[in-house]
Amino acid sequence: MAIVQLLSVWLIPALIAFILLYGTAKKVPTYEAFVEGGKEGIEIAFSLIPYLVGMLVSVAIFRASGALDAMMEVIKPLADAIGLPAEVVPLAALRTLSGTAALGMTTDLIATYGPDSFIGRLASTIQGSTETTLYVLTVYFGAVGVKKMGDALKVGILADILSFIVSVFIVLFVFGR
Amino acid sequence: MVNLIWVMMAVIGIVFAAANGTMDEVNKAVFESAKEAVTISIGMVSILVFWLGLMAIAERAGLLDKAARLFMPLVRRLFPEVPPGHPALGYIVSNMVANMFGLGNAATPMGIKAMEQLKKLNGGRDEASRSMVTFLAMNTSGITLIPATVISIRMTYGSAAPSEIIGTTIVASTISTIGAVLIDRYYYWKRMRKGRKP
Repeated sequence: MAIVQLLSVWLIPALIAFILLYGTAKKVPTYEAFVEGGKEGIEIAFSLIPYLVGMLVSVAIFRASGALDAMMEVIKPLADAIGLPAEVVPLAALRTLSGTAALGMTTDLIATYGPDSFIGRLASTIQGSTETTLYVLTVYFGAVGVKKMGDALKVGILADILSFIVSVFIVLFVFGR
Repeated sequence: MVNLIWVMMAVIGIVFAAANGTMDEVNKAVFESAKEAVTISIGMVSILVFWLGLMAIAERAGLLDKAARLFMPLVRRLFPEVPPGHPALGYIVSNMVANMFGLGNAATPMGIKAMEQLKKLNGGRDEASRSMVTFLAMNTSGITLIPATVISIRMTYGSAAPSEIIGTTIVASTISTIGAVLIDRYYYWKRMRKGRKP
């Protein structure tokens, strides 16, 4: 699995070099374009604040009160039985519903277990590798007025479950527990 | 749904704290986590500014269009009901590429445009067509190249290698996207079989 790790280290620097060279070759005013596009990043980061404050506070109350531990006691035997880490089960469920809510949960998991722990890496991979089914469904179908979704919801949720399981396997395979 | 979960986590937590005498911890957690949330968001500014800046260069250099052309043959195969050269295909590919590079804001309008076109192809009915379900399935698992926000959170918490999860993210999202398409095909096949029976 050295390739996957090598990819992680090389992809960003390689992309940076490639985009800068390609942009120069195509006579793009690179620096100006960079600054212009970068401004959008500030907006996004700041607009995330209320989402994250809301979600993190709610998760923190749930965790600090001891309610999360109590819930884990219930989930754990079930998750253990099928070989899944119980700590990320709530994240997997939330990921389908709301991207920013899941981001809050991912942050909480990384903060609690550490970014380089098994749980931290798994949460990072889950957060990065799927989109929010409910959001996509609501926004895309809502915007064009499609009311009968057919199999879309079923397919979307099955795909999410699959993505969760694949994430567990890949992280176990590449980093171990 | 999210509203309900959000309220429930806080309310159950407070009730639980009342019953278990952990109210002190809850008080502390409220203020600490709010502060933490702001710290994380500010920490994201660095990476998001850099990444979106770089992407602006890629876009102006025509790289995103190039990537879109590269994926066109694949997309044409995934959406056999859409006639070749139809604008829907262009929007679908642009949406895919934008998602791949973590440009969620650019991806959403493209996705909506794609849906509009697919609806037109479906005679303007309010039912999801086969292509719409496929598009949705691909979108919900979407292939990611650089999970920028996750990397910035890992940096904030002092990861030794914040970007080490890029590889696992690419592999996981690619496999699950292929899986999503297969699941979509399976349901299509099931609908067809049912359709044939009287």
